Parts: sequence; C-alpha cells; structure tokens
Amino acid sequence: MSSNDRSLPADYLAYPWRRHGYDHDRYAWSMLTERPPVQWPGGRSLAVWVNVSLQFYPLNQRGVPFKVPNGMAMPYPDLRHYSLRDYGNRVGIFRLLQAFERFGVRPTWAINAQLAEQTPYLMERLKAFGGEFICHGWNMDHLHTGGQDRDEEAAIVRRSVDTLRALTGQPVRGWLSPAKHQSWHTPELLAENGIDYCCDWVNDELPYAFATEAGELAMMPLTTEIEDQFVMCQNLHSEDAWVDQVKDAFDFLVEESRREGGRLLSLNLHPWLVGQPHRIACLEEVLAHITDHEAVWQAPAGEILDAFRASQQEVR
Amino acid sequence: MKETLGAYDYWPWENRPKITWPGGARVAFWVAPNVEYYELDPPANPQRKPWPTPHPSVPGFSIRDYGNRVGHARQMALLDKYGIRGSVSLSVALCEHHPEIIEMCRERDWEFFSHGIYNTRYTYGMSEAQEREMIRDGIETIQRHTGQACAGYLAPALSHSEHTLDLFAEVGQELFGEEGGIYTCDLFHDDQPTPIRLRSGRRFVSVPYSLEMNDTIVYAVNKVEPRHYLTMLKRHFDRLYAEGAESGTVMCIPTHNYQISCPHRIKAFEEALEYITGHSDVWVATGREIARHYLEHHHDDALHDIQAKAAAAGRS
Repeated sequence: MSSNDRSLPADYLAYPWRRHGYDHDRYAWSMLTERPPVQWPGGRSLAVWVNVSLQFYPLNQRGVPFKVPNGMAMPYPDLRHYSLRDYGNRVGIFRLLQAFERFGVRPTWAINAQLAEQTPYLMERLKAFGGEFICHGWNMDHLHTGGQDRDEEAAIVRRSVDTLRALTGQPVRGWLSPAKHQSWHTPELLAENGIDYCCDWVNDELPYAFATEAGELAMMPLTTEIEDQFVMCQNLHSEDAWVDQVKDAFDFLVEESRREGGRLLSLNLHPWLVGQPHRIACLEEVLAHITDHEAVWQAPAGEILDAFRASQQEVR
Repeated sequence: MKETLGAYDYWPWENRPKITWPGGARVAFWVAPNVEYYELDPPANPQRKPWPTPHPSVPGFSIRDYGNRVGHARQMALLDKYGIRGSVSLSVALCEHHPEIIEMCRERDWEFFSHGIYNTRYTYGMSEAQEREMIRDGIETIQRHTGQACAGYLAPALSHSEHTLDLFAEVGQELFGEEGGIYTCDLFHDDQPTPIRLRSGRRFVSVPYSLEMNDTIVYAVNKVEPRHYLTMLKRHFDRLYAEGAESGTVMCIPTHNYQISCPHRIKAFEEALEYITGHSDVWVATGREIARHYLEHHHDDALHDIQAKAAAAGRS
C-alpha cells in the first residue's frame, strides 16, 4: 500500500482549541517572571516545603488502568515489593522523624487514607510530632483517571477525605493524587469536598488559581523531577547524585529568589526509599543544606499557601 | 516501505573537501530550544499514543507546561548572558497559545523553524496532501507571527513519512523561493552539514542537530545525571573543536525548556555554555545561518566529491 492510499480523519488536522492561553479552561496562562514578586514571612526569599508521602501499596494490586509506579511488579503475591513499601511505614518513617527533629523540619504528611486507618500508632506519633496532614487518596491502587465512573470516583474522594479528617482532627485542606494522576472530574470532586489546594500539576514553582465547576482550588505544584523516587527509582541515579541535585536546585533557587522575588522549593520524600539505612544520611545531608540558611522559610504546605495569598494581597 | 532512505549517499568522514566557517572558526555552534505545545486531550493517531496514560495525563502535560511558564525565561536569560541567539524548534500553535514567548524571541532576533503544529499531532498515517497541508500551516504560521521565512524543519515529535523532506522543501520554495525550506534537522548521520537528495532536485541541506546531546534524550530517555551531562557536552565539544582545526564541524545543543531549566539542571547547562563560548574560534550561529553558509560555499563541492567517490566505488 502506498502512502497515497491512506489518510487520517479530517479532524486530525483541525485544531478547535488553537487560541490564546490553553487548550482547556482550568487556569490562566502566565509566566513566572511576569508576576508580582512574592514575600515570605520574616523577609525570607525561599520557602521550603518538605513533603512526606506515606503510602499503602495493596498486595492484590489491580493495576487498572495502569500499574502505579513503584507498585507490585511480579506475579501475585509480590511479597518483595509489598513488604519493601511497607518497610517505609514501619521503619523508614522513624528515621525521617529523627532527622526532622534534628533539623527542626515542619513537615507535610501526605498519607493514603487507608494507611491512616490501618496504623493508629503511626498516626498518633505523627500528630504528636506536628506538621500538616494532606490527603494522598485512598491507597496507591485507587488511581484517578479519565474514563473512570464519576460516582465511583466521588465515593473514593469523599471516603478518603472524611477518613483522614476524622483520624487527624485537622481540616485537611490539601490533596495529592496517587501518582499525581487525575480524571477530568478530580478537581471538581476535590472542591466539592472542601479541599483548598491540590499538589498534582507540576507546571509551576509557585501556587496559582485553578478553576473547577465547584469553585476555585489553589494548585501547589509538588515538583516531581527532584523527588527521591523520581531521581533514584525512575532515573536510577545514586543517592549521592540525588544529594547533588537537591543542593544544586536549592542553591539556584536561593540566588534567583534574591534577585527576582520569593521562590518555593518543594521536596517530596518516600520513607520506603530514603528511610533505608544506607540512604538516611543522604537525607540528613540534604536537610542540613536546605534548612540552616538565612534565606529559608521552612513551613508546611498550607502555611506556605496562606503566606503566598497574604503576599499577593499586599501587592494589590 | 524502503530498505534504505536514499536521501544521502555513503560519504566517509575522512578526506572530504574542507569546510571553512566565517572568521576561520573550527566549530559552528548553535542552540536549538524546542518551544513546544502538547495538547491535554489530543486526537488518537493509529500508530502512536500521545500520552502513556488515559487523558488527562496530568504528569506529562503539566511538566511540559512548566517549560513554558517557568523554564523558557530561565533558559533565555542564559542564552542572553552568553550572546547566543536561539534557533527555536517551534510547535507553531504556540504562536496562538503563548504569543508572549514568541515576542520575547522575536525581540532578540532568534530564528524560528517549524516543529509541526503541536507535538501531539504526528505525521504517521497522513496522506501526502495532509502532510503538505500541515507543513504549509507551520510555515505560514511562522511567517504570520514572526515575519520570518521558515528555513528549517524538525518533524513534530520526530514523526516522519517517506516524503517529509521533499514536502518541506517544496512548500518552502513555493512560499518563499530560495529563502524558504532549505534545511532539515531530522537526520543524525553526520557531524557536518551534508547535501540531501530530493525528488525535486532542489539544493537542500541536513544541518546536524544531535539526538545524543538533546537534553530530553539525555535526561528522560538515557537517565543521565545533570553533572554528567555537563561532562558529555564538554567532551563532545572538545573533540569537534579539535577536529575542526582540519575542517569545520557543527555542534548543536537541542534543549527543552522543561528539562534544561529545572533548578537542579540549569547549572550544568550554564557551565557548558560558558565553556564553549569561552573558546575564541567558535562561530555562534543559528541553523539558518549554518545552512546558508554551507549552501553558498560548500554544498556544490561536497556534492561533486560525493559523486566522484560514488563513481570511483562503482568502477572498482
């Protein structure tokens, strides 16, 4: 068959959304450099958000419609990945707590609601430590994806948020989807459940307004490219290379924030990964570098968002 | 389907006619920032899925959007600092979506060449008439928004047909005579420009663009650490610079504003630019300038040499 015998449907060359802005109506087009400068509390120029993803990877993973990264990879029962992920919640997290204590970190706990339900000891320990809880969905096998039944997804969001609010006694303002994946309805469902901000869209380095039919959300981008699992599990870089990369990112953002206005470094961590004995010192090295610095304001995500909003008010 | 491409002949690296760059430079150095738009919900193509997961594939879409919101200005500041005018590989729909970026590039007299309409619309499965229409749209859009006669082409997402180069050269010539459609970035067979055989017989050139130095290939496909990318860039340059003492070579760094401009990677890029532009006999050029110089001074000699060597090989 020659290439002349075939063609694509005519609409493959039609571009109905080719217009100023985006091919969707979720948020406004805006370049970081064109916005009014941000001021963080105490005259600091770099806000640091240390996020800990606490996750439950079910042994009977359905993997629908795709297998979550870092989930079960072997035929059932995949004991190796199941137990290695569980390690983070039993062992690794306690090494992170020690490190946070030592460096005075005020963390953000992004936790799967089912894990919160299953681990009352851990929840009490985290609550006593302090920090902000945000909802990380139900578990790592309950993905939010296009084509999903809206009612089914609505039930998962509601159950997850309600469960975590009941168990923490906190308002739970923030949401992080498993694998940062969404359906077309996820933002509406979050807004309907009183969620104030979402961390899934990694398209910015500062918060911005995100439209839903149920009211506005704030998007708080939780950078993927520098997070531990992306660098060490997806890119297969060494833990030392990860330390270099976080330090380089930090040093660059400090410089830029002094020159151009407040910036935000978001650092997502997984206790099943950096909580390993051979990696925890690397986390400690990172924390030593990014916490003890005159430019830094370290706070939980919700406080950072509040300070951002206050700063924008002053500008107006 | 053809067994060999047929667009160029075998032509050994040694004993070629000497290439002389302006000012006697050893290396023609150019940077090609890909400024791309990926659609959130592109139509299906029979041969290639635009996103790995059901739409909206938030992780992939949002990091590419990051490139335009955050990364572009950061990369541009560096190119300004080192006196480099970018040669933009442009998803031309970006002229409509984000004209502010086009304006910033235009003010700096950067070159624009076509990289298709969107990086989520592939050539695969198109009829020749459809591909011609897509190519025409690309060239006309660039002319309308920048005033430039588009000289170069990198097929969208590197998706090709057997006639891609022919069609680009034909439409470019039709619209702009000798100015339009003179070079391709789609071939990776050489470290110097080479003549390309077209069905029209028109003089046309391949300008080395380099997949090996392409940041997305380096970071996202080959999973290279940022500091090692710097080492690779320096080694690549050092060898081309050394060989360029005998006959001019070309080095390109193809970039993506969502890769190179991340805070943990931008230092590597900056050090590479400082190193390369710190050498005196480097011709910092654009793709069009390299293609034009080659067509004017070297293309015909090269063609004669290729034909003579092919004839000699046929006699032996």
